[in-house]
Parts: sequence; C-alpha cells; structure tokens
Amino acid sequence: MDNDAKRAHHDLGGVSKFMCEAVDVEPHALTSFDREVDALRGVLGAKAIMTVDELRRGIEAIPEAEYHRLSYYRRWIRSITDNLLRKGIITEAELRAALEET
Amino acid sequence: MNFSPGDRVIVKDDWPETRGPVHIRTPHYLRGHAGRVLRYLGDHPNPEDLAFARPAAQRSLYHVSFPMNELWPEGREDDEVVVEIYEHWLEQP
Repeated sequence: MDNDAKRAHHDLGGVSKFMCEAVDVEPHALTSFDREVDALRGVLGAKAIMTVDELRRGIEAIPEAEYHRLSYYRRWIRSITDNLLRKGIITEAELRAALEET
Repeated sequence: MNFSPGDRVIVKDDWPETRGPVHIRTPHYLRGHAGRVLRYLGDHPNPEDLAFARPAAQRSLYHVSFPMNELWPEGREDDEVVVEIYEHWLEQP
C-alpha cells in the first residue's frame, strides 16, 4: 500500500490531487452561524467540557465525502454535537426536539 | 527533552490511522523521512490522548526541518519544510 492510500482523509498536506486547485487566501466574512459556533466552542472550552483536541478528533471522524462538502464551521458543529452526545451532556431526544423548534 | 538542535532524526514510518480511530499530529508526508532538529518547543500534554479525553503525559515538542525536495519533486535545492513534531514520533538514524 502506498503512503497516499494509508493517510487519513483529512491529512491533505502535499496530496497531488489538491495541487491543481489554486489556494483561496482571501479573507471570508463570518456569518452569524459561524460566530455562534465559535462562541459555543469557546464556552465548552472555558467550562472544561471539551478540548480543542477533542474538537479536532471529531472533525477528523466525519466521513470523507461529507468532510469535503461541509463548510469549516459546519465541520465544527458536527464535531461539537458528536462530542456532547458521547459525553451525555445532551441526549439525542433533546437534540431532535431543539432542531424541530428552529 | 531527548533531542538537541542539530540532531539528525527520522520520523517513524508508523501508520496508526490504519489500525483504528486515532488523532495524530504527524503529517503523512513525513513518515520515514530524515530531518534535523531546529529547536525544542517545550513539553506539552500529548494531544493524541487529549483528543479522547484520556490522561495525557507530557511530551517534548520540536521544530524539525526537512529538505523539501526529498518530500516533493518540485522543491528547490534550498527549500525546507519546518514542522512541529512530538518526541515519540522521532527516532535516531
């Protein structure tokens, strides 16, 4: 197996199939969703509920096709949700109820 | 602190991501490559354990420099890649 086949899908550095695309280095305006997710991550960190390392692990666990489709902060909220469910901070029923309210 | 600036090191040719869920900070393109320690960056709790909310031992972190043309063919002679790598990923040649 060559090294490219062994790497995790988020480990993108120097991967040739991404070299054909120019890197977008322009600053992006943050949406209110982006700001809310960032604030939530800050609160969870400050309250020692979740570390940034756990955030990253959760992002890396998103299946490959979805990982590439999701925006930066949508990856974050996927990971935060996964972590909070795992830790029992929220339940699936509570999550479903909250999503139906919005 | 096991290494000093100037030491030759080799990044372990290990692929834990093929064996189950892990969180690692050593990029795939460095595995098995030789580099040189530039500087010691302090001891930090091992992020491989923090990522799973496990107790994390302190590990030394280093800046390690690699000749870019040994990683990718388009590198120029004097280009280098500098990466932060934890001690447990480094071996003596």
